[in-house]
Amino acid sequence: MSVTPDSLTTSPASQSNSLVRRFSLTAFKEAIIKGLLFGCAFLSIFTTIAIIWVLLTNTLSFFEDVSLAEFLGDTRWTPQFEGEQKHFGIWPLITGTFLVAIIAASIGLPLGLLSAIYLSEYASPKMRNIAKPILEILAGIPTVVFGYFALVFVTPFVLRPILQTMLGFEVGIYNALSAGIVVGIMIVPTVCSLSEDALRVVPNGLREAAYALGSTKLDVSVRVVVPAALSGIIASFLLAFSRAVGETMAVTIAAGQQPVLNINPLQSVETMTAFIVNISLGDTPAGSIEYKSLYAVAFTLFALTLTMNIISQWVMRRYREEYQ
Amino acid sequence: MTLNSSPQPETPSVPTPGPNNDSPDMNTANKSGVVPKLRPTDEQPPTTALGQFAKLFQNSRNEPGVPNPDQAPKIEAQDLCFFYGEKQALFNVTIKVPPRSVTAFIGPSGCGKSTFLRTLNRMNDIIEGTRLAGKALFDGQDIYAPNVDVVQLRKKVGMVFQKSTPFPKSIFDNVAYGPMIAGQRNRRVLGEIVETCLKRAALWNEVKDRLAESALALSGGQQQRLCIARSLATNPDVLLMDEPASALDPASTARIEDLIFELKQNYTIVIVTHNMQQAARVSDFTAFFFEGRLIEIGETQTLFTRPKEKKTEDYITGRFG
Ligand SMILES: Nc1ncnc2c1ncn2[C@@H]1O[C@H](COP(=O)(O)OP(=O)(O)OP(=O)(O)O)[C@@H](O)[C@H]1O
Ligand SMILES: [Mg+2]
Repeated sequence: MSVTPDSLTTSPASQSNSLVRRFSLTAFKEAIIKGLLFGCAFLSIFTTIAIIWVLLTNTLSFFEDVSLAEFLGDTRWTPQFEGEQKHFGIWPLITGTFLVAIIAASIGLPLGLLSAIYLSEYASPKMRNIAKPILEILAGIPTVVFGYFALVFVTPFVLRPILQTMLGFEVGIYNALSAGIVVGIMIVPTVCSLSEDALRVVPNGLREAAYALGSTKLDVSVRVVVPAALSGIIASFLLAFSRAVGETMAVTIAAGQQPVLNINPLQSVETMTAFIVNISLGDTPAGSIEYKSLYAVAFTLFALTLTMNIISQWVMRRYREEYQ
Repeated sequence: MTLNSSPQPETPSVPTPGPNNDSPDMNTANKSGVVPKLRPTDEQPPTTALGQFAKLFQNSRNEPGVPNPDQAPKIEAQDLCFFYGEKQALFNVTIKVPPRSVTAFIGPSGCGKSTFLRTLNRMNDIIEGTRLAGKALFDGQDIYAPNVDVVQLRKKVGMVFQKSTPFPKSIFDNVAYGPMIAGQRNRRVLGEIVETCLKRAALWNEVKDRLAESALALSGGQQQRLCIARSLATNPDVLLMDEPASALDPASTARIEDLIFELKQNYTIVIVTHNMQQAARVSDFTAFFFEGRLIEIGETQTLFTRPKEKKTEDYITGRFG
């Protein structure tokens, strides 16, 4: 639509000084766009609520058959067995999940933080421009690839030669360690980019003040910048940890499906996510108690990761306030 | 490497004035060259614009204790030029700063005061693409010599910034930072250093009961005095202060000025200020910078009451800048 000078001068709207709103095509379009945008926003909120509702109702119906005491008190998880042998104690899945997540965290968090310190404090702008896209590529690799990498490379070519052949520990083909290692690598980009943001917003004046007191670059980074960005770094750790807890494909492939209470990282474990995948893929009849146990596990997982996300958001908000 | 004082054999005289002012492109009013008379004010003595400063010196505490300029200079620059990339920010600055004195740098915004101050503890090294020509000496040693330990230099030449920059740590840890990175681990020794420095910075009484609290909870003036205490803790010889009071209220400013006067007994102080009265009050020597050049330096009282250069007079009487 072109606006000619003519249309500007002759249109009554532009001449009148009245502020009363009239119906116009523009206003109509505005209304439609506003409605569409609201619809989109509402859709995602609605989906979230719907998911929580489905989770909650199915979980409640699971607890009609299985007591909460058994769920939280038993140490056996054997939904596939019959009769007396059937147990629904969540602990094997929780320990499996956290075993993998803790291994991942002990690899991914330091690695991510160190690379963040390097990028923010040491790297030249040129180096940073090369390194950051590489990290983003790492973040873009499908997790199933990481799973196969653990299964066909890390276990047979790294863990077995070192731990089994050289040191004599037995390493299962499915094991928590290989899964933890690849999940650790997976969370490096998350930790690195969030921590780097936190480090970069530390005011330059603090760095200069530290240099002026006779600091080396290492003193400045480790004693001033990192402590000043600590809450942001902790938030990135929590977020990355909750990602490791929720990670599905890689652990399903690499850690196996052994729901036993076991903290030996060289043996197979089953994480909560891996169990959910198993039930979803298997021929478990809908409505059966095994099927409903999926929801109870999913709800536990949801509650755990939600708690961690809320804590990390809270920490992050606090730290933003510090410098404003 | 060592940066200890070594007595200078030769005895330089009064701080040497910078290159003579003969740049033709001064775009100030008054090209006649006649010393202008300002409108007479109600107050009697000041008949000229400079008179206002004469009054300041009537009860000046500086007068009796003007340091002996014949001593070996603590800091010296010889034909110092400085470049930010292609842009030259300092032109042939030559200056001598005697020990245990206060030297004020004045000049309009952007004339290179901060840049020059930062060359004296090599803070400009941090900025990429900068270059320096000429010489800067600390106790007669070239601070840009290849074998100089910059970390050691910065401990000897401390710096206080315009914006107070307390670390987000406790008050104690802020002051103890310098000794701690220098390897001091003994809490008792650190405690003594913290107490001495906080007392010297006139902050001890206000914070002695809350040393473990965050330094960020202090007021602006307290934070600035904390930063001064923190600089003192590395046991410097020289304290460079870049507009240390410009963000403070008059009461805090007065405290900092008192403090500078106290510190003069033990330290050589260079202070950048935009406040002429402040320069007149606290300093023994004043250096006037303009467009990257040192125009004039002299005893503060002389410079403010009988400036040699026309530009200096125009600036201190508020005709430009
Ligand atoms: N980091 C930098 N990069 C490039 N140019 C700079 C930089 N810092 C300062 N300059 C330039 O150098 C010149 C001198 O700046 P400087 O900060 O020393 O002035 P100043 O006298 O301290 O001014 P002010 O009184 O406003 O603090 C200015 O023209 C400024 O633009
Ligand atoms: Mg400045």
